Amino acid sequence: MSQYEDILAQIYLVLQQLARDKQKINETTDLVADLGLDSMGVMELLPAIEDCFDISIPLNILPDVRTVKDLALQVQQLMVES
Amino acid sequence: MGLFDKFYRLVADQRVLVDSGIDPFNVVIERLISATEAIVNGRHTILAGTNNYLGLTFDPQCIEAAKKAVQDQGTGTTGSRMANGTYAGHAALEHEFADFFGYRSAIVFSTGYLANLGMLSVLAGRGDTLLVDAHCHASIYDGCRMGSAEIIRFRHNNVIDLEKRLQRLGKKTANTMILVEGIYSMLGDRAPLADIVTLKQKYGAYLLVDEAHSLGVLGEHGRGLLEEAGVGDSMDFIIGTFSKSLGATGGFCVSNHPELDLIRYASRPYIFTASPAPPVIASTRTALKILETHPELRRRLWRNARHLYQGLDDMGFSLGPEISPIVAIRLPSAKQALVLWSNLLDRGVYVNLALPPATPDSASLVRCSVSAAHTQEQIDYICKVFSDLRESSLALDAQSTAVDSPLDVTSVS
Repeated sequence: MSQYEDILAQIYLVLQQLARDKQKINETTDLVADLGLDSMGVMELLPAIEDCFDISIPLNILPDVRTVKDLALQVQQLMVES
Repeated sequence: MGLFDKFYRLVADQRVLVDSGIDPFNVVIERLISATEAIVNGRHTILAGTNNYLGLTFDPQCIEAAKKAVQDQGTGTTGSRMANGTYAGHAALEHEFADFFGYRSAIVFSTGYLANLGMLSVLAGRGDTLLVDAHCHASIYDGCRMGSAEIIRFRHNNVIDLEKRLQRLGKKTANTMILVEGIYSMLGDRAPLADIVTLKQKYGAYLLVDEAHSLGVLGEHGRGLLEEAGVGDSMDFIIGTFSKSLGATGGFCVSNHPELDLIRYASRPYIFTASPAPPVIASTRTALKILETHPELRRRLWRNARHLYQGLDDMGFSLGPEISPIVAIRLPSAKQALVLWSNLLDRGVYVNLALPPATPDSASLVRCSVSAAHTQEQIDYICKVFSDLRESSLALDAQSTAVDSPLDVTSVS
């Protein structure tokens, strides 16, 4: 499994716990439109993702994160930098 | 698509409130009677949600100083200090704030909100990092967003989480500033400031504390949490406001870094705002002296805080984590908070309603703030009204959806 796929798999696990119903989550799932996370919901999601990958996610990147794929790519980038 | 499409959700939320006959965000104070009483909806009302911690808004000496300043200097400065000059009172108050904290210098801003915007927008730039407590006030987050530093949130009051994040930053900690508050505005809890100072020193980071709700409230001389925690000389920057314990409107920053003076040349919220009006400066200078020299005000404030907290705790309300002049009551739903808030007002008790997203952990809060000027009888009355309303407010069906959507004003950006 590539690093990106590994990141995706772990993000799926975190998101499944937050998702309403038993929603199917994939790379194109929109955090706001599909998962119903409002601005505060996304803020609450961050610490779980940060713990998972032992990184700190700057709030500055959030405007560029709409989908699960956006989030996974940002996590991958931050892991490279750390 | 139109310009106002993004407001439609707010309109829907507002309609829910209007239809319910309650609009908690547009209460009109028809006439003020004292620091703790007013006429609201034609009714005599106890003010228990105005952050007037020392009750100095009606202090005779402060009023006299403000009146004299208006007579001598006029009603306003009509512009910024860059354009219209610094009034002697501005400079004097800055010296007095610096002396009060025992620091090198101070800058006065036109509001507390602008103090955070003015400092944070320029202090940290590209390549710098701001580590912000998750419960910090909107003015801190807004100030951070005005600059170009990386903004990282750490779990509220969690020094383990903070240290983890400092470790992740490696050498970048030399360009990192930690941002915390003395007393957090919604739940009334203190920061673990001594532990945070230890971390700042260990990792070579900077530390800014906003003492907005703790100035005049904590410490023998009212200097805030930094005095109470015994770390008064370890701050890089101290932010504060005139609009709580000092009973006026304005803000300040105090620091030992000589570079503080350079902020005046770079900070747009300082440069492009009209400076505080003479009566504001005059009453604040008087209030600062009273705050420092009248510890009995703090004793009275804390007696009242314990009285209210204990009273509500005994009734079984779910409260903030520690006794403080901010007494926050958690309700299971926004509707229950709204109804309790409204019923309190109908019974002559004004407090604050705080709903997500303006609250930590998406809590629905009815928030009281206690004043040294409250009498025992007023606190007794507030307790009695809470007691009378307790059953009915908690009996409401939390799932009922009359008001179930948080007012997400942050989504309009």
